[in-house]
Amino acid sequence: MRAPMSWISEHAALPAGLTGWQLGDALIGAGLEVEAVDSVGGEISGPLVIGRVVDFVEEPQKNGKTIRWCHVDCGAEHAPEKAPEPLREGETPAPNVRGIVCGASNFAPGDHVVVALPGTTLPGGFAIASRKTYGHVSDGMICAEDELGIGDDHSGIMVLGDTDDAGRPWTLGVDALDALGVRDDVLDMPVTTDMGYCLSIRGLAREAAQALDVAFTDPVALVTPAPTSSGYPVRLETPGCPLFVALTVTGVDPDAQTPSWMTRRLVAAGMRPIALSVDISNYVMLETGQPNHCYDADALTGPIVVRQADEGEKLVTLDGVERALDPADLVIADDSGAIGLAGVMGGEATELREDTTSIVIEAASFDPVTIARTSRRHKLSSEASRRFERTVDQGAAYAAAHRVADLLVTLAGGTIAAEETVAGEVHALPSGRMDAGLPARILGMDVSAERVVEILRRSGVEVTVDGDALALQPPTWRPDLRDPYDYVEEVGTKVGLEHLPSVVPMAPTGHGYTSEQTLRRALNRALAANGFSEVLSFPFSSDEERAKLGLPSDDRSVRLANPLAETAPLLRRSLLPGLFAAVHRNVSRGNDDLALYEAGRVFEAKSREAAPLPGVERRPSDEELAAIEEALPDQPRHLAVVLTGDWVTGGWSGRTVSADWRVALAFADLAADALGLQLTRTAADQMPWHPGRCARLSVGGTVVGYAGELHPRVVAAFGLPERTAAAELDLDLLVSLFAGRGSIAPVSGFPVAKEDIALIVDASVPVASLAQAVSEGAGNLLEAVMVFDIYTGAPVPEGKKSVAFALRFRAPDRTLKEAEVTAARDAAVKAASDRFGAVLRSA
Amino acid sequence: MSGRGDNYDPKQVAVLSEEAVEEMVADALAAFEAAGSVAELKAARAAHTGEKSPLALANREIGALPPQARKETGRRIGQARGRVNQALAARQEVVSAAELDQRLVAEAVDVTLPMDLHPAGAIHPITGLIDLMSDVFVAMGWEIAEGPEVEAEWLNFDALNIHADHPARGTTDTLFVDPIENHQLLRTHTSPVQIRSLLDRPLPVYVVCPGKVYRADEFDATHVPVFHQIEGLCVDKGITMANLKGTLDHLATSMFGDIRTRLRPNYFPFTEPSAEMDLECFVCHGESVGNPERPCRTCRSEGWIEWGGCGVVNPRVLAAAGVDPDVYSGFAFGMGIERTLMFRNNAADMRDMVEGDIRFSRSLKGEAR
Repeated sequence: MRAPMSWISEHAALPAGLTGWQLGDALIGAGLEVEAVDSVGGEISGPLVIGRVVDFVEEPQKNGKTIRWCHVDCGAEHAPEKAPEPLREGETPAPNVRGIVCGASNFAPGDHVVVALPGTTLPGGFAIASRKTYGHVSDGMICAEDELGIGDDHSGIMVLGDTDDAGRPWTLGVDALDALGVRDDVLDMPVTTDMGYCLSIRGLAREAAQALDVAFTDPVALVTPAPTSSGYPVRLETPGCPLFVALTVTGVDPDAQTPSWMTRRLVAAGMRPIALSVDISNYVMLETGQPNHCYDADALTGPIVVRQADEGEKLVTLDGVERALDPADLVIADDSGAIGLAGVMGGEATELREDTTSIVIEAASFDPVTIARTSRRHKLSSEASRRFERTVDQGAAYAAAHRVADLLVTLAGGTIAAEETVAGEVHALPSGRMDAGLPARILGMDVSAERVVEILRRSGVEVTVDGDALALQPPTWRPDLRDPYDYVEEVGTKVGLEHLPSVVPMAPTGHGYTSEQTLRRALNRALAANGFSEVLSFPFSSDEERAKLGLPSDDRSVRLANPLAETAPLLRRSLLPGLFAAVHRNVSRGNDDLALYEAGRVFEAKSREAAPLPGVERRPSDEELAAIEEALPDQPRHLAVVLTGDWVTGGWSGRTVSADWRVALAFADLAADALGLQLTRTAADQMPWHPGRCARLSVGGTVVGYAGELHPRVVAAFGLPERTAAAELDLDLLVSLFAGRGSIAPVSGFPVAKEDIALIVDASVPVASLAQAVSEGAGNLLEAVMVFDIYTGAPVPEGKKSVAFALRFRAPDRTLKEAEVTAARDAAVKAASDRFGAVLRSA
Repeated sequence: MSGRGDNYDPKQVAVLSEEAVEEMVADALAAFEAAGSVAELKAARAAHTGEKSPLALANREIGALPPQARKETGRRIGQARGRVNQALAARQEVVSAAELDQRLVAEAVDVTLPMDLHPAGAIHPITGLIDLMSDVFVAMGWEIAEGPEVEAEWLNFDALNIHADHPARGTTDTLFVDPIENHQLLRTHTSPVQIRSLLDRPLPVYVVCPGKVYRADEFDATHVPVFHQIEGLCVDKGITMANLKGTLDHLATSMFGDIRTRLRPNYFPFTEPSAEMDLECFVCHGESVGNPERPCRTCRSEGWIEWGGCGVVNPRVLAAAGVDPDVYSGFAFGMGIERTLMFRNNAADMRDMVEGDIRFSRSLKGEAR
């Protein structure tokens, strides 16, 4: 809602000197947002004055345009130092006149106009100077509305009426903004759904008056009479229209023009002036909040009926669109069929025409939900529907209809028919009760019962004190006052939330982070500390993307009904494609060395059942809650990394290490290590990985993920750098396997005994398996085993490899004897020999 | 050389003469002085203090002296050897210090060279900020609640008093799982976790729920369709809106230091009374308001920046979660993490937060702090 401050001040006795922002602050305190305060005329500086066109000559130009060379009198005060050249040869210019070239042609000699004299700056920083143009010195500019920022009319210059709004003759040379009364602040305020009553000058003025503690004059002063059908016949056939007021005005002058004061307010409020009767209708809607409609009485056939639309019924609305109506839509109809989409937009057939002299004014009330649905169904939002959706004060309909009629008579003549129709009646809103102490208790501030009563009465609530309780009847414009807490809010807002004390509540002793939360944080920090960088990506995917990963499509993906992009309608089941996209973006920006990881949820449908929608009056049953959980997809957290480029860039020292499959495996080990877990790796053939360079990662037989180099086909399909490596783990699963808090072994102070062995085995024997055999064979004196060399080639036979281990032995309670160490080493060799045919390589 | 027990006049044993001993000492000292390196000094030491050195040989002659002469001569030789050893030690110190100095010079490196460690990693600034904000609440005794991102419509809307006809429930605002009739969606806020907390936890409840949320929103510098929120919920006996203000003031101070805040009335279906938590504009401190000479882009010359929504939990919400609103009351609030990051660390463009550029991830040198 855009509200000119001058208009608000007609109904609220704003203190003198109040600025637009001060008014805005008061309204913000009342719960409104103020997005901007636009200053009409504020961007204009310098001598913008009232002038009178004395005379002009028309001069056709080579470019096809015809300009007018004018003499304009801007008063003696603004007479030029040197008289302009005459309009016609031999003439003497009238006293005081200035010569001005004008491109418009909508004025006549004697018309009053607005003149920007040299030195004026117009909106947009447009500076006016005396300049030579079309062969004359143009000593100023005659202005159009849009050039002044007070309208959007550029069809011609502003031609002023014979007198100002107050009926006084114009004084030449006076400040035009003052004379026209256009200086104004316009507040731009989005209105939340619960404050529909503030979609009107009436509502804003009431809030402003209450906030500033000044008098309020309600523009809706007429009381709705008992139902009567003496005016234009109206029949209500639906509960969706509880009230319909119809007034007839005859003998309207179809040529009457909208006065400039009304135009200015409509423009300031963001509406386009169209024609007088439409402008009046809009003006009254802005003022009272009551949408209304003017029908051409001669175009109506038979009584006005409000009913549900018929199946297959069609209507051409005022915007020229033919709409197929739904039986849930409300229509205004006459004998010819639907003539308007109730509460949303009128129909073309009964639109006012240029020669309309008899008008039927409608001001009605419609069910908010019905209007909201119709508006959404037809993707048609109008000033009327925006108001009806938020509920319009039924008490305003009758007064608004009369306001429209009065303005028509005032501005276009005519007569209001004595007979009027009031179908239906004003319904009181549901009453409520509240403990007078509730606001103080819930707000946590001191508000006496007397203060509560006083505030609510000023808000229009009828309050009956009944002991400690208050019986409350909200006014017809406050459907938001329903529950006791709604009244608490009203009291809080009117007292002012800035008066709330600031009191930190004492929470009971908490348990801190859960074990899972602590572990995930530790893991995250371990990864970052070791050189991996976290990124976040969107979780949207597609079957095509799955195919590029070399994975089959199945029915377990979760599909969105209205995806952001049609190309990505599924929720991800792997974090890798998102990371691939990040790699792409980085590489395209010249970041070539990447170790990117993400921890996030993936999604897999587990049933196709609907989640129930239990009621909201009480807690759902355990069965209903279980059904909700059952219907939702599995959405475990995963952890994934993508590696490309250098892990260590050697630079001057030349010790480059590439971010390859080894780092992917190290990433997985690191993640597990952060949880005190050790991964077992076995060779795996698993897309999207290279079949010879992929490890299946498991903990105690539970597979938790895969790591290695990506399959070359996947690398190609996603356009990744060659040999990109990746790992993906089920993070929730990994965390669930947490090894427990662990125990601390005594640290032996006895010396270590070191033995190196080199074993020759088949090249196909996994080193990890060999190491395990060595370790198990060596027994419990073995403290550590490390692979320090792997060698193939002569003298190691073809098809074999030599794996060298460094063994460390230590006892907790004694210095080991040489014989003990030798025995343990021999046992290690024997175990490897038994299991893999390993032969000790002689030195 | 004289034999043991021979009867010689000491004056006849020339090598033991005072002059001869002095000469030996002088020779030794000269040799040490001439030695310029540890190796040369080692040779000089062997020549002048070793078993074959003149002084050692002279020492052996003492036995040949008559007993009355031995004492005096022995003392002289002993003193001479002492002086030589002292000089040797002194020279050794000088020579090895000089040699160490040379080595240190020779071994100098260019300490300005870049080191080839693998580059530092980083937690994403959003994750870091979530942790930081969570810490504030855990320190107050609150706990961290989590919930699924694909959520039941009932938990995301109905239970929060958002009616079936509310525009937010339309497909233009909310991403639904197909088919829509299955009543599942990508949660539009972390509020369903609040309902889950009320359903699952014993009262009183003091939880914050950080997490990812989804809106069918545009994608520009200040809007992303996938973003993060942190919401808080406190339900206990005697909880007031003043407690809400106290909690948010504490959070604001923890995040931004000394800063002015205000609660501005607003409307949300799930809270009543509802308010918006505003922070005083960091850039203009309110001086741009009504001052066209000094416009502020950060707050659009409003003087305040909207941080998050909040309010007293609507009793209808408590009832839907099975909490008796006549006994318990509560408050709730929610902030955007991305917005908070923008205010706190001057991040200018939200798109950077989701595009995965490694430079953005590393921009806070590890994590938010």
